[in-house]
Order: sequence, then structure tokens, then C-alpha cells
Amino acid sequence: MSASPTREQALDLYYYLRLNRSLEELLARLFKQDKIGGGLYGSRGQEAISVGAAYALGPDDWMAPMVRNIGALLVRGFRPRDVLTQHMGRITSPTQGKDGTSHFGDLAVRHVIAPISMLGDLIPVMTGAAMAGRYLGQKIVAMTWIGDGGSSTGAFHEGLNFAAVQKAPLVLVIENNQWAYSTPVSRQAAIRDLAGRARAYGIEGQVIDGNDILEVWSAAHAAVEQAREGGGPVLIEAKTMRMTGHAQHDAAEYVPREMFEYWKARDPLERYEKHLTENRLWDEKTKAEVDARVERELAEDLAFAENSPFPPAELAEQGVYCEGCHTIEANWRRPKEEVMPPKSSVTAAWTVTDFGNVTPRDQAQDQAPKKVRR
Amino acid sequence: MPLVTYLEAIRQALLEEMNRDPSVVLLGEDIGVYGGAFKVTAGLLERFGWERVIDTPISETAIIGAAAGMSYLGLRPVAEMQFIDFIACAFNQVTNYVAKSHYLRGAPIPMVIRGPAGGGVHGGAFHSANPEMYFVHTPGLKVVYPSTAYDAKGLLKSAIRDNNPVLFFEHKLLYRRVKEELPEEEYLVPLGKAVIRRPGRDLTIVTYAAMVHASLEAAAQLAGEGLEVEVVDLRTLLPLDRETVLESVRRTSKLLVVHEDTRTGGIAGEIAALVSEAAFDDLDGPIRRVTSLDTPVPFSPPLEAHFLPNAARIAAAVRDLAKY
Repeated sequence: MSASPTREQALDLYYYLRLNRSLEELLARLFKQDKIGGGLYGSRGQEAISVGAAYALGPDDWMAPMVRNIGALLVRGFRPRDVLTQHMGRITSPTQGKDGTSHFGDLAVRHVIAPISMLGDLIPVMTGAAMAGRYLGQKIVAMTWIGDGGSSTGAFHEGLNFAAVQKAPLVLVIENNQWAYSTPVSRQAAIRDLAGRARAYGIEGQVIDGNDILEVWSAAHAAVEQAREGGGPVLIEAKTMRMTGHAQHDAAEYVPREMFEYWKARDPLERYEKHLTENRLWDEKTKAEVDARVERELAEDLAFAENSPFPPAELAEQGVYCEGCHTIEANWRRPKEEVMPPKSSVTAAWTVTDFGNVTPRDQAQDQAPKKVRR
Repeated sequence: MPLVTYLEAIRQALLEEMNRDPSVVLLGEDIGVYGGAFKVTAGLLERFGWERVIDTPISETAIIGAAAGMSYLGLRPVAEMQFIDFIACAFNQVTNYVAKSHYLRGAPIPMVIRGPAGGGVHGGAFHSANPEMYFVHTPGLKVVYPSTAYDAKGLLKSAIRDNNPVLFFEHKLLYRRVKEELPEEEYLVPLGKAVIRRPGRDLTIVTYAAMVHASLEAAAQLAGEGLEVEVVDLRTLLPLDRETVLESVRRTSKLLVVHEDTRTGGIAGEIAALVSEAAFDDLDGPIRRVTSLDTPVPFSPPLEAHFLPNAARIAAAVRDLAKY
């Protein structure tokens, strides 16, 4: 069943798409001005997947972005200043300069778990978050993203398989942007649709148009509710295109020009603007207001970031261990007695219902030595 | 009072912490219905149910990763590696995801990774290793390796309550070979504190895990020769109890480090550097070490016996050092 957003939600989606795009354009300018160290990983052309999927989550749900999912961070309540200070290594950044890029989260309020550079690692982590939420009786869903390249990692397969076995409420979005750095998806996997892997784990998988924000939102919304109701994990493959290089330093000369042209004609932001206009969901004035709001917020947050000091050098020595800092309290939404003896006790035996789909007699015949023809 | 084995002490620690705190959950391969390859978790599924004693696929990365995710929601997972050697399969998840979480993002991961380690049981190269130093070299982790039943129980309970990721190495040779009476009342052993197992004035042996017992055997033998050897059991390798090591060496002026881990890159190197930096003037001889060979753990009994340190080798090294 496909849901559709209210007018307010529809304009909200535009705001986040626009903010995502404009913020990344600002980041690229700052990179060229040498105000950003390290790498700058963009999501131009892919913003609908970050924004649309994250927008489908409820306030108590959990999310873990990949490095390119800046839009998802914005939807989850982070502000451009968080992204800017983080890239600029300032003390005011979410990690106080300890890490860069989109490597930050917020466990307490926004329920965002931070990514690291090793792709795939988040899938087992979010499987655990989903299992913990269920254990605590919270009825939450955990969502994360992975690229076409990252879907080649062992962690992807181990995590998704474990989630499937556990029927964990996990939504995994494969953001197939056609390129893993310089390697095309055809050299990552010998299957056309990466969502086809879902079948191998006994879960549901689907392919969607990642450049259509309404399709992303609708598919993610349905997946989230299915997972929440105990339907187990859902794999969504959103087809899209990375419209830049792997990072700012990469001119992406290995990408055929025609491919850029093909996908440029399917730009998610332009498509969505057209949708809003054609369906009379806004007028010129509304668009101008949202665009002005985005520009104003970016200007304010840029000033904040540029006026923020760098961290004191001694900060490098601090925080390796958590000493008296642990403030995470499990949020129990079910009686603890249910997981304590005597209520928790069970018979320690497996229930094997179908003997592996063969009768014991068949199995014996299967394993009997075959006659060898001489 | 009945004698409690090192293995049973670990089981008691798990049982007590699970009774005390419903946020403690276990996950690992064959830990539920089967009770674990060594039966450390026997009976826990029956008591605590499927949600708290989770049999997993053979997926060490999934086990460690899921435990990290659980900890972010306020649980205190204890992940078992069926043999600690298999932690290599989850090396990235442990060293990059788990260990760096608090430093980089202020997100603590209170979890324990425990499993059987060490040789002497003819397990071969993939079921006998001592991979502790990979993790001692990883800021953000704590590494614990007890030698007695009392410590195994008290340290594991502390590890579960600690707000950092703790790697808890259990020496499988000791599982059923060492036993002692344990207090009836609850007790904890603090992480990061070494203990003097045997006092002595002539020479300090710094060691841990199974080699504590080999060192004590050597010390008893040497006492008959008039050499009074002090044996320091590190118990926790990270953070290292520098004070206890330095205090002992300052009294005895001689240091031998003994470990079952292989020689190059073993903790003996770190301790030698520490003592050279902080107590060089107190030394009356070179710092020596007795360790395993720099090879994988070989399988066949005479090969493995040649690979491992033993009391005779330790005693010989002490006699040699005593000449200075």
C-alpha cells in the first residue's frame, strides 16, 4: 500500500532536499578554499534517498547514516552548523574535532548511530540496535544505508543474515549509485539487481527509483511499518547515480559522459520541483520562501562555523575511556519480570518442525551410497 | 565448602550479573541449547530464555557488531567467541567500530567479549592462540586475562559492569584444572590492578594467565635453592598496572617477564620499556623474558611442548639472572 505525503510533508521534503543540495554546494566551495581538511564525500544526485528514507522514520526509531547521507542527518534534526563544524574540525562540532565528515551521531535525543569508514559495519550494529529495541519492548525500527560497493563486504552479508534469522526490525537501503570509487557495479556483483540478494536471506527485497523522492519515501514508509509489525528486515535497492567523483579530489574521468547526461535528466531535485508545480502543491512565492529560508540558515550557520575555534591540542589526550560518563539507560517498555526467572525460563531444546524439508526416510535414501556404473 | 573451578567461576559471574541486571544479555555460537563449546554457559538458556541467551550464526562480525548496537540502547551484552582465535574474523568491528566509539563520538560501548584462549591442550594453530596483544595495542579497549577462579569471577563481574568494551580472555587449560573455594558473599575484583602472588626479595617475575602457575611452580623449586622469587600476576593487560610492576622491581632489582604469547611484540617488550624508562637506576641486571616461540602454535604434543614456556625454562632463566 503506497502512502502519499500531506502538503505540509511534501513541502518539508522539498526543504530538506534543497537544504541538502545547497549545504553540499557550500561544502564544496569551502573545500576549494582549503577550509575543509581530509575528504569531502558528496551525495549530489542521491539526495532523495537520504531525505526520503529518513523521513519515513518515527521519532523513537534509530538510524545510522553512511558518509554520504547528509540529508538523513538533516531530517533527523542535525543542523547545517553540525555538518559544517564537523568538516572544518572545530570544537563546536558534534565530535569536538575528534572525527570529520558525517561521522557523528546522537544516541540520547535523535537516535542516530554514527558511521565509520569501514563499509558494512553498520549493518550488524543496526541489527543489534533493532534486537535491543525489541527486547526492551519499544517497537522501534532501525534503518541504515549501504552503497553498491559496500554491499560486497562480509559485514553486509553477516549482518543481513543475522537480522533475517532474528526477524529483526531492520530496514536496509542499498544506495546503488553505480560506482564504488572508480569501479562500476558490474564489477562488484554479477547480479543486475542487488535487491535480489534479499531472497538469499529469506527476506523481502525491492528495487525502486532512487531519484524519485516520493517513491523512496513511500517504499521506506511501507518497509518501516512492515518491520515494526514484526515482518522482519526489508532490503530496498534504490537505483541512482553519483553525480560527482568519489570525493572532491576525484574528477570521475572514468565515468562515461553519456551516463552523467542520462542521470542529469533525472535529477531528483528538479523532478520533485516539477512534481510540486504540476500538482499545484506550491507556487513561485512558496518556493522562493523556502529557498530564502535555506540560504538564510546556511549563511547563519556558516558564520557560526567560521567563528568557532579549533579544539585545544590537549583534547587529543582525552576520552579514550568512558570514566563515569555513561548515561545511557535502557528504556524499558515491558515488564522486566518477563526476562527474569521464573518467567524467562524455557526448555532448552530446538523445535525442528520439518526435518529440513525432507522426511527422515528421504534423507536416509539421499545419503545412501549411489551405485557406481563401471 | 566445595571447590569451584575457573570455568564454573566464570559461569557464576554470568549467572549473578544476569540475575542482578536484566540489561545483561549473552550472544554467541552454540551458547544456548548446547551451553557453549566448553559448557561455560550451560543452564543459562533454561534460566533466562531465548531473548537473553542468543544462539547466533557463525558470524563473528555480526556478533560483535550486534553487541555494539545493543549497548547503544542501554544493554550490556556479553559476546562469546567460541575460541578467542575467531575474534580475528571480527577484527575490524572490534578495533575500528567498538574501540574508537567513545573517543571519537563520546558513545560508550559497555560490552564484554569473552572466550577461551591459550595452548597446552593440543588444539593446534587455530584453537590455541593468545591474540591479546593485537588488542592491547588498541586504545579504547580493556584487556583482562585471569589466572585463578577467584579472579575470573570477580574480574568478569567488574568487566560486565564496566562502561568500556572489555576483552576477557579465559585460559582453556585452566578451565577445569584450577579450582578453589570462593566466598559465599558477592565480591568484585577491580580491573587494572595486578596482584603479587608470591612475595620474594631476589627477583621479580611479571606474568599472567596460565604462566602464573608455571612461574609459581618455578618459584617454589627455586626457594629450595635459596632464591626468593616474587611473582606478579598482571590480571589486566590494558590498562597496565605500572605501579605494582615498578614497585616490585625497585625492591628486587631484577626482572623476568614470562608470557605464553609469542615473543616479538609480546607484552614483555612493553614492560621492559616501562621499567627501563622509570626504574633503570634500580636494575642490577638485564631484563629477560621467557615466552613462546615466534611461530604459530604447532599441533603435535612434542612440538607444542617445545613451543610453550614451562617451569623448567623459567627456573633456568631465573638462575641465569641471579648471577648478576
